[in-house]
Amino acid sequence: MHIVACVKQTPKSDNVKIDPATGCLIRSGAASAMNPFDEYALEEAVMLKEQLGGTVSVITMGPPQAEAVLRDSIARGADKVYQLGDMAFAGSDTWSTSYALSKGIEKINGIEPVDLVICGKQTNDSDTGHIGPQVSAWMKWPNAAFVKKVVSVNEKSITVERLTEDGSEILELPFPCVLSVVKDINSPRVRSVKGRIAAKRAEVTKWTADDVAADKNKLGMKNCPTRVVKSFVPKREVCSANVEGATAKEKAAKLVEILKENKYI
Amino acid sequence: MDYAINELEQEVLNTTRELAQKKIKPLRAEMDAKEQFSKEMLEEYKKSGIFGLWLPEEYGGLGGGITCLAMAFEELSRACAGLALTPGTSALGAIPMYLAATKEQRERWCPDLASGKKLWAFALTEPEAGSDATALKTTAIKDGDYYVVNGAKHFISTGKEADFYTVAVNTNPSRGARGISLLVIEKGTEGFSFGKKEEKMGIRSNPTYELIFENVRVPKENLLGSEGRGLLYLQETLDYSRPGVAAQAVGIAQGALDVTIPYLRTRKQFGQPIITFQALGHKVAELAAKTEAGRAMVYNLTHRMDEEFLPAVKNALANGTTVHDELKKLKGARWTKYSAEAKLFCSNVAMEVADECVTLCGGIAYMRDFPLEKYMRDAKITQIYEGTVHIQKNEIITALIKEYASKEGEE
Amino acid sequence: MKDFKNVWICAQAQRGKLSPTAYELLNAGRKLADDLGEKLCAVLLGHDVEKCAKDLFEHGADIVYVCDDPALENYVDDVYAKVLADMVATYKPNKFLLPATNLGRSLSAKAAVFIGTGLTADATEVIINKEDGQLHATRPTFGGNLMATITCAHTRPEMCSLRPMSYEKAPLEAGRTGETVKVAFNSAKHTSLAKFLQFIKSEGDGLDLSEAEVIVAGGRGVGKAEGFALLKKLADRLGGAVAASRAPVDNGWIDYRYQIGLTGRTVKPKLYIACGISGQIQHLAGMSGSDVIVAINKDAQAPIMKVANYAVEGDLYDIIPAMLEALK
Repeated sequence: MHIVACVKQTPKSDNVKIDPATGCLIRSGAASAMNPFDEYALEEAVMLKEQLGGTVSVITMGPPQAEAVLRDSIARGADKVYQLGDMAFAGSDTWSTSYALSKGIEKINGIEPVDLVICGKQTNDSDTGHIGPQVSAWMKWPNAAFVKKVVSVNEKSITVERLTEDGSEILELPFPCVLSVVKDINSPRVRSVKGRIAAKRAEVTKWTADDVAADKNKLGMKNCPTRVVKSFVPKREVCSANVEGATAKEKAAKLVEILKENKYI
Repeated sequence: MDYAINELEQEVLNTTRELAQKKIKPLRAEMDAKEQFSKEMLEEYKKSGIFGLWLPEEYGGLGGGITCLAMAFEELSRACAGLALTPGTSALGAIPMYLAATKEQRERWCPDLASGKKLWAFALTEPEAGSDATALKTTAIKDGDYYVVNGAKHFISTGKEADFYTVAVNTNPSRGARGISLLVIEKGTEGFSFGKKEEKMGIRSNPTYELIFENVRVPKENLLGSEGRGLLYLQETLDYSRPGVAAQAVGIAQGALDVTIPYLRTRKQFGQPIITFQALGHKVAELAAKTEAGRAMVYNLTHRMDEEFLPAVKNALANGTTVHDELKKLKGARWTKYSAEAKLFCSNVAMEVADECVTLCGGIAYMRDFPLEKYMRDAKITQIYEGTVHIQKNEIITALIKEYASKEGEE
Repeated sequence: MKDFKNVWICAQAQRGKLSPTAYELLNAGRKLADDLGEKLCAVLLGHDVEKCAKDLFEHGADIVYVCDDPALENYVDDVYAKVLADMVATYKPNKFLLPATNLGRSLSAKAAVFIGTGLTADATEVIINKEDGQLHATRPTFGGNLMATITCAHTRPEMCSLRPMSYEKAPLEAGRTGETVKVAFNSAKHTSLAKFLQFIKSEGDGLDLSEAEVIVAGGRGVGKAEGFALLKKLADRLGGAVAASRAPVDNGWIDYRYQIGLTGRTVKPKLYIACGISGQIQHLAGMSGSDVIVAINKDAQAPIMKVANYAVEGDLYDIIPAMLEALK
């Protein structure tokens, strides 16, 4: 069984600092770590490996410092790690990122055939949830998103339970396939002592766009279909405002209005 | 202050701190209230490699020593002394085996010990023999290739959950203390059953059971070392394990401070954070200083122990001999006094710190949903198990008398 | 690009029932279509869903494209995405809004790759830029710390998934009609290797506290176990979960796993509504990271009222029913 987990390095806390003037993320001093949702993807990969035997490979796309999440992946039980790093990738949206990752996975597939790709539900910095389904679209592999449980698994297929708004659905997917998982699926282990030591000595394979035969016309800020044209810090209400009203009904109506106005509900 | 002197020790600290934060803290109150052993924590310990810290890589361990063991025990106990006992008592139960085992016995038992697949426990105390280990009533009479064991042990930590029990028995009752031997008895052996589950003041998530042996036939391959040398191995075991209890006590003290100081900073009375009242601040300073003194004592000792323990292990593996024999060859310092001093001092510090912290925080700390009262209940055990504070004093004064007697006339 | 006309919305209809998001998308889409002077079209995929078309017309759709086939009974990503991609290739919509539900997030993402166009996720506001007629979709990122406006200049349709409850439902115009276009399901082409096995309806609350974006928590002021049913109603209405402070747990009104605080769980929802919770320091430790805190309490002096962004003085048994009324 060869499982590939896709991970991303993101700002550590979602309570990041934004420069109110420029609307840009203040990167300096903001600690980075593995996207918390990806921890569950990797844990599931490692658990499946422990159950069935095999290899867990981890791939990330990102700047040189993103190597840290790959080392972290080793500490969490991964066997092999690959980094897509190239200026051509910079500024990619999810469409381009998923394309780049799919090219990376294709290359990994050439080294050792891949059975399963696991992604986190979304990232904590851009919150799209696109990568899993989009990687599967590029690979032309079946996928399931919002997976909360692996019901059963054998050499040929995996049966999963995915979360819907009104319950859950059971699907059977033959290998190779792509899953994106939610936090219910497991409880990521604490990095082992052995893993932590191995992480420092691990070899990180680094690939450029050319290494994975990616079409540069599909990559990077210039070529990806979407673009951020404006960003701004949302208005925050003053702390501790009393919601006034003569009756309970008035107060409740006022509260609902405030919450709606600010898109809290 | 961290006392890690190498990469392994540093990573042991990092790992156990993360375990404490992410896994133990969310579980501890519930497990304590339900008085329940946590299988979930057992799995977490296995995955993070805690059981094998102090065992050589040859057996799937990490090649650390007594320091790694103590550090892990301190950090885990800092979150919950009860849940920390899962790896703690497994190590305690296995140390006598590890010291006295032959090459074959080590190969048989160590891999599953290191992975955590099998848990070990230590069974010495009996209804009529605790501090006086020579009064053991459990007997093991040779019958061909077997020993037939009869008797009972009580207050056995991790009882029922452990798979292997290192049991102190008398193989030759007529010789008294010189008849004491150590046998490894596996759970599930016919005639070996569990009696009462104790209801305890503290460390409630660790099950304490009575062990009952009725004509239990134990293969002679499970004898550790040679017959009649049990007390020697026990003393050696306690020398290595008492710094662990001391480390646990330091962890409890630190954990109590970890809860207390932030609370005192946020709790306001008379218009100011109460930690700014000097009477309270100075008390906290004293407690912190004592805790740090205890920690220094523990790791100074364990680092010295490792200087001897690790080479002895290496030699035992190379020569196919026992660790005990190799330790003897290496001059074999006696750690009894220092171990007793560390345990005496640290357990008293833990009790004092926990007690004072409850007082400092006031009413809230007396409530069970505030984690402090649990530290106070848990701290107490460190003054009792593996020899009460009074037994530690006996060890110290006995050693001191000997020491000064040998110096007599030197002046 | 001029060939691409009309605003599409994807009307999610699982198990024969339209999702409320369909009406929200119709409302958002109607405005876009009017601003562009184009038609508003709804896409309906499923089995036995044609009957929903009427409802869509009555809420603002001009055209409804229906692909109704037993093979679409349940949502399988590949099948739905392939059908959508084919429909887009045939009818060439200009803008395409989908719901940012679990189904919609996955479907929109997969379809965007098959279609070869850009997609903005989880927008809370969509407008047509007057100068160039482009779709400007604004969405929260970095856990809501930053809002970003995203465009898709060079490919069509411009796709966007819209966060549920960002828009009001479109008003009902009884008797309003439109054109139904039936789209054939191609069983040879619209395939997937994945097999749908079973749907399990959720029992109980089903929502994990750590995942919940809205939490309605009760304290001592709830007074009884039955009181949590009222909190649950509000939570359900807001798509959130119920939680508690220590007192209700100790009193046996609710399970321990719902406890928030120092000895319970720590949560960070987007919205935390504390009902009858005084706000002990132990409780605050578990929820002060919430984006927005609302406190409902009889005691205006309770500590929680100072921590809350919005403090409502009053009895939760008066305020919550009134809130439910106002949310209708």
